[in-house]
Amino acid sequence: MSTATATHDDHHDHGPAKGLMRWVTTTNHKDIGTLYLLFALVMFFVGGAMAMVIRAELFQPGLQVVDPQFFNSMTTVHALVMIFGAVMPAFTGLANWLIPMMIGAPDMALPRMNNFSFWILPFAFSLLLSTFFMAGGGPAAGWTLYPPLSLQMGDGFPFMIFAIHLAGISSIMGSINIVVTILNMRAPGMTLMKMPLFVWTWLITAYLLIATMPVLAGAVTMLLTDKFAGTSFFSAAGGGDPVMYQHIFWFFGHPEVYILILPAFGIISAIVPTFARKPLFGYSSMVYATASIAFLSFIVWAHHMFTVGMPVVGELFFMYATMMIAVPTGVKVFNWVSTMWKGAMTFETPMLFAVGFIMMFTIGGFSGLMLAIAPADFQYHDTYFVVAHFHYVLVTGAIYSIMAATYYWLPKWTGNMYDEKLGKLHFWISTVSVNVLFFPQHFLGLAGMPRRIPDYSVQFTDWNVVSSIGGFVFGVSQLMFVWIIVKAIRGGEKASDQVWEGADGLEWTLPSPPPYHTFTEAPQVK
Amino acid sequence: MAHTNDHYYVPHGSHWPIVASVALTVGVVGAANWFNGNASGQAILYLGLAMVAFMMFGWFGTVINESLKGMYNEQVDRSFRQGMMWFIFSEVMFFAAFFGALFYARVLSVPWLLGEDLSTHQTLWSAFGENWPTNGPGNVGGDFQTIGAWGIPAINTLLLLTSGVTITLSHWALKANDKGKTVLWLIATVALGSVFLGFQAYEYVHAYSDLNLTLESGIYGSTFFMLTGFHGMHVTLGTIMLIVITIRAAKGHFSPEQHFAFEGVAWYWHFVDVVWLGLFIFVYVL
Ligand code: HEM
Ligand SMILES: [Cu+2]
Repeated sequence: MSTATATHDDHHDHGPAKGLMRWVTTTNHKDIGTLYLLFALVMFFVGGAMAMVIRAELFQPGLQVVDPQFFNSMTTVHALVMIFGAVMPAFTGLANWLIPMMIGAPDMALPRMNNFSFWILPFAFSLLLSTFFMAGGGPAAGWTLYPPLSLQMGDGFPFMIFAIHLAGISSIMGSINIVVTILNMRAPGMTLMKMPLFVWTWLITAYLLIATMPVLAGAVTMLLTDKFAGTSFFSAAGGGDPVMYQHIFWFFGHPEVYILILPAFGIISAIVPTFARKPLFGYSSMVYATASIAFLSFIVWAHHMFTVGMPVVGELFFMYATMMIAVPTGVKVFNWVSTMWKGAMTFETPMLFAVGFIMMFTIGGFSGLMLAIAPADFQYHDTYFVVAHFHYVLVTGAIYSIMAATYYWLPKWTGNMYDEKLGKLHFWISTVSVNVLFFPQHFLGLAGMPRRIPDYSVQFTDWNVVSSIGGFVFGVSQLMFVWIIVKAIRGGEKASDQVWEGADGLEWTLPSPPPYHTFTEAPQVK
Repeated sequence: MAHTNDHYYVPHGSHWPIVASVALTVGVVGAANWFNGNASGQAILYLGLAMVAFMMFGWFGTVINESLKGMYNEQVDRSFRQGMMWFIFSEVMFFAAFFGALFYARVLSVPWLLGEDLSTHQTLWSAFGENWPTNGPGNVGGDFQTIGAWGIPAINTLLLLTSGVTITLSHWALKANDKGKTVLWLIATVALGSVFLGFQAYEYVHAYSDLNLTLESGIYGSTFFMLTGFHGMHVTLGTIMLIVITIRAAKGHFSPEQHFAFEGVAWYWHFVDVVWLGLFIFVYVL
């Protein structure tokens, strides 16, 4: 009997525990979502600071600010921090906050594991960053960690490898939780083809993560044993092959770049219809396009290795397969544009970021297509053109979608409207500066400037100066983003439950801010 | 009772996850120091492992208690099942990386070194002429012999396949509510798994002391020991899991309807079984 009463209490709605331990022991999807998002924001600035060092060094030719070894560790750790510490946790945070509310679930399916997934991350990144203080410094072989170069790292090497293992464990568990939540926790009537696209894209992203993070774990484990246990996976003397590492790495690496963009597609597919006041054009084609992108992403990995020496059949196969990805990607862009077509549009900050995303992500998609042409890539590979490509898809793609999502759902999370004027200003300063920052890098790359080099030939000076100026402005203007978030958390105009006139979906039926526990009684979806 | 089951059980604050994070971190910091040759590394690693074990007892203990109290309804049970399946899928992909390395070496890189790709052969190691099994042109680790498939490995295959049958018999007994037979077949499964591990350990000793086949024997030794080694670790883990559910079955924790833990372990056991079949074919036979 006593147990029955104890469990009875558990079902009553009650608020969170008090103090710091609330955050350490929480199993609540909203708390954990908040933790993920704050962690990602902190990492965004840690990685951003490193980018500032990179741009300061490249402001002028010659060695100016830091020594080359440190410069290389800046590019390496900047990438690792931004990918695994900022973008992925931000998307996972959004998933935590939103998926249960969007599908009418009381929480994530496995709440304790959810806490575990988050709390590994601060430890993993402390390990990674601690390598800067060890003999030999931080990792400096590029985020792809190609051997034999990566094996020459100092004492930090095993710490870096284990940091990647821990971050991987975190994402695998986080993804298992998301898949199970989506497949098992939907409210009655919420059929698969009624799910918001953000839920769909995350379902497929989580599948990609579960399939590829273990492969990365295997690859870095082989690095570890090659260095410390005498194995010869990547050493030709022992019959292994350094190129084998690249294959295994990119088998993870290419799906990973889609992991970094699919949830963004979901976000944009939520925001555009709201501000165009029209339902999403081609919902089911969006779902199928996402699934085909996921499938194709497994068979294109060697487009990162065109210059490494591959049989011609391989070059051709990976070239055509890569180009095929542009088709479903094009379907998506077409659908977003068609959604806006003849819509009653307004341009609040989330919509500005969404439209900015569509335009600039498309630029990145086109430069990707150029890189996909194997003979052309012989020229572009390892130049700033590649850097320009992936920053268009990642900064003005993934990061812009995260900012759009923050502005869009912040009123729901906090109950307060953010400062619309400042939000718009943030968008415009960011958009102008980010193009000043990255667009000239196309020119630099086409002219032959290599990536990951602290010094350059003088003819590259002008565009590097421009790019660095854009970089500093972009970097500083992100402080506005923090300020706007802090302001909205602390107060401001109260948001209605609906928040946005044209918004559609279960999360908008909840109060703003939603109570600590939502949908303890499943809603009926028609 | 009906009341406890109509809601999805959402636990409140738990301190086990943070214990787990700290435990893992202590473990890897220890391992990293050990690799770097620091004297204290090993001790820190063992401390971390002990913390992991402590955490597992606590965390799983909590879950078992909640389960026995009837706090989990069918939907919670489904979450556990699906979670376990995806976890096993991730494990499959982990092994895929090492199988991929094996195939890549055998099908591509070693033949290239041998001359299928002329320029690689000529510029790198023109004297190299030894096909699989090989420790490479550098004869890394020195001359070695391999372990034949039709001795212990074949017996081990039979052992694991039989254990797949015994665990299924146990499952059938559980569904027929026959506790005695359930436990008996589980004990048989544990025994088969343990004998497998014993043989495997014997084989490693044999390889190291008689055949000069070591982890350092070039690409052959690397793939051989990493694949069989990770597999052996998984069999060890699976055996421990089997022992736990044997005890739980003996205590009467499982009913014919509700026994997720049993099934989760059984799936895991089948998974290590299938991986072994892959190993047997591609590492030993071919
Ligand atoms: C139309 C779609 C796309 C195509 C055809 C494409 C094609 C390519 C190709 C061929 C490369 C290799 C260039 C080289 O190293 O020589 C590359 C690099 C890269 N792409 Fe894309 N891409 C596409 C979309 C994306 C997206 C959506 C993302 C991420 C959100 C992304 C992120 C990256 C990154 C990070 C690299 C550089 C990796 C490195 O070497 O460090 N790409 N892309
Ligand atoms: Cu790619």
